[in-house]
Amino acid sequence: MTRKAGDNPKDLLFEKTTAVFAFGVLFLAFLLFALLVRESLPAIRKFGAAFLVTKTWDPVAESFGALPFIYGTLVSSFIALLIAVPLAVGSAIFINEFAPEWLKTPVAFLAELLAAIPSVIYGLWGIFVLVPVLRDWLMKPAASYLGFLPLFKGPVYGPSMLAAGMLLSIMIIPFILSVSREVLATVPRLQKEAVLSLGGTHWEMIRIVIGQHCIPGIFGATILGLGRALGETMAVTMVIGNRPDILLSIFQPGYSMAAVIANEFTEATGELYLSALVEIGLVLFLLTFVVNFAAKWILKTMVSRAARGL
Amino acid sequence: MHSIAFRRRAADRVTRVLFALSAIAVILPLFLIFFDLLWKGARELKWTLLADLPHPVGEPGGGIANGILGTLTIAGLAMAGGIPMAVMAGIYLAEYGRGKFASMVRFAVDMLAGVPSIIMGIFSYVLWVLPMKRFSAWAAASALAMIFIPIVVRTTEEMLKTVPASVREAALALGIERWKTTLFITVRTATAGIVTGILLAMARIIGETAPLLFTALGNQFWQTGLDQPIAAVPLQVFNYAISPYDDWHDKAWAGAVALIGMVLLISAGARYLTRVKK
Repeated sequence: MTRKAGDNPKDLLFEKTTAVFAFGVLFLAFLLFALLVRESLPAIRKFGAAFLVTKTWDPVAESFGALPFIYGTLVSSFIALLIAVPLAVGSAIFINEFAPEWLKTPVAFLAELLAAIPSVIYGLWGIFVLVPVLRDWLMKPAASYLGFLPLFKGPVYGPSMLAAGMLLSIMIIPFILSVSREVLATVPRLQKEAVLSLGGTHWEMIRIVIGQHCIPGIFGATILGLGRALGETMAVTMVIGNRPDILLSIFQPGYSMAAVIANEFTEATGELYLSALVEIGLVLFLLTFVVNFAAKWILKTMVSRAARGL
Repeated sequence: MHSIAFRRRAADRVTRVLFALSAIAVILPLFLIFFDLLWKGARELKWTLLADLPHPVGEPGGGIANGILGTLTIAGLAMAGGIPMAVMAGIYLAEYGRGKFASMVRFAVDMLAGVPSIIMGIFSYVLWVLPMKRFSAWAAASALAMIFIPIVVRTTEEMLKTVPASVREAALALGIERWKTTLFITVRTATAGIVTGILLAMARIIGETAPLLFTALGNQFWQTGLDQPIAAVPLQVFNYAISPYDDWHDKAWAGAVALIGMVLLISAGARYLTRVKK
């Protein structure tokens, strides 16, 4: 450590060699972005900013707008967060604060195992198990009793925005859960003990301590989960129904950005069609980029605040 | 006063139950998925699954042997290219990475790690499939390498940073050149951790489907060359699952069991290595 690399030509050579590989990684990231932009250019030139707010997706007429896919991606991810965040945070609190010692590791391990299951297996399970169960036990009854609400309007097919959101929620829970546990672990032990020693119940301790410390961190964990949900492809493609319409009802089929790329890329004949699909990829890329770095920033400021004891 | 104490205690009890229930709700899908995999995959789960080529619709039997070979081929290619690059870049970041260039590299790694896998498929398509005018194992491998590299760069850097400075200093004090210290002392010490990272990244890319859709494309037969379309287990699971035939659905479940078996085997290997290290 005390020697300078320049003292020895071999050291210098080794350092520069590793630097070349590091530059290679940087170059790959740049190349990825550059290629996405280059291939999107025909569509960007043709449709401009209107691409993002146009509803039609008509490959035959070569008229392309990404709105139904952006809408589907956002709505399915939002449903996923609505389900995943309470469950993930609740189980993080359970594991960290309530579970007996012998139970902590197995529960945390099993939750982490959910993250190891390939997306296509979630999709398979979604098609043949989740969707039929949801359709017969939740969507059909709900549509017949609550069908007057635009959100639950029939007819019920099965593959739907709701099915995609639920499947996504299972997939993103492990990520939100593990980050939430890390956030909960940053709470100073003294503060927890202070609440308990004043006669507070465990629930009051959690409410006060989380209210004081963990809300920004849990928000960061949520945004991280959102970043995962936005780009998820196979599972969503298999259960969302793949219909490029914007429908308010969560029982109706939808489409997502990743799903339309997955389904139509190989059959995209014509430069403009392909370019429109790549542009959807570019939009998805930029969206996940912003969301991931927002999450990282939130978690970092949260951690540095906790380190200062605030 | 009594009622307030009662209410506080009741709230405590109720929330305890709710937290426990949320943990159960999180774990339940895992059991359901594994149960369904074994239950529905059982019918087609026989030796021929691993040994035979796929059969046409309606013809009983048939397997995913070409998919297993294809998955191992493209994952192997991705790793052959990805490991040297990622480990060397990780060494750079851990041992020399203090300047502005290093923070740019770290930023790029973070960015790549967050990119949805399907976009890596687009990248490979534009880079290889468009100019070569054919789907190929090379294109699939380069898409998987793009997913593999950022994970391994990160774990390599983290693992090297866990090696105490005193180990490096001891080696340097003995007059060992710095590059030798890095390669044969520091990296050697962190090897178990680095290999664990590599195995976890491998488990991840083996299950990836989206980036293969328009790079590997899939193949009903044995692969004929790396510049040709190639079969892969996740693609077979996907294609069988969305087909309208019942006997193909059974094969999708059996293929999924084989796929998750591969993934879990590799993950278990990774866990075993970290345990040995401790």
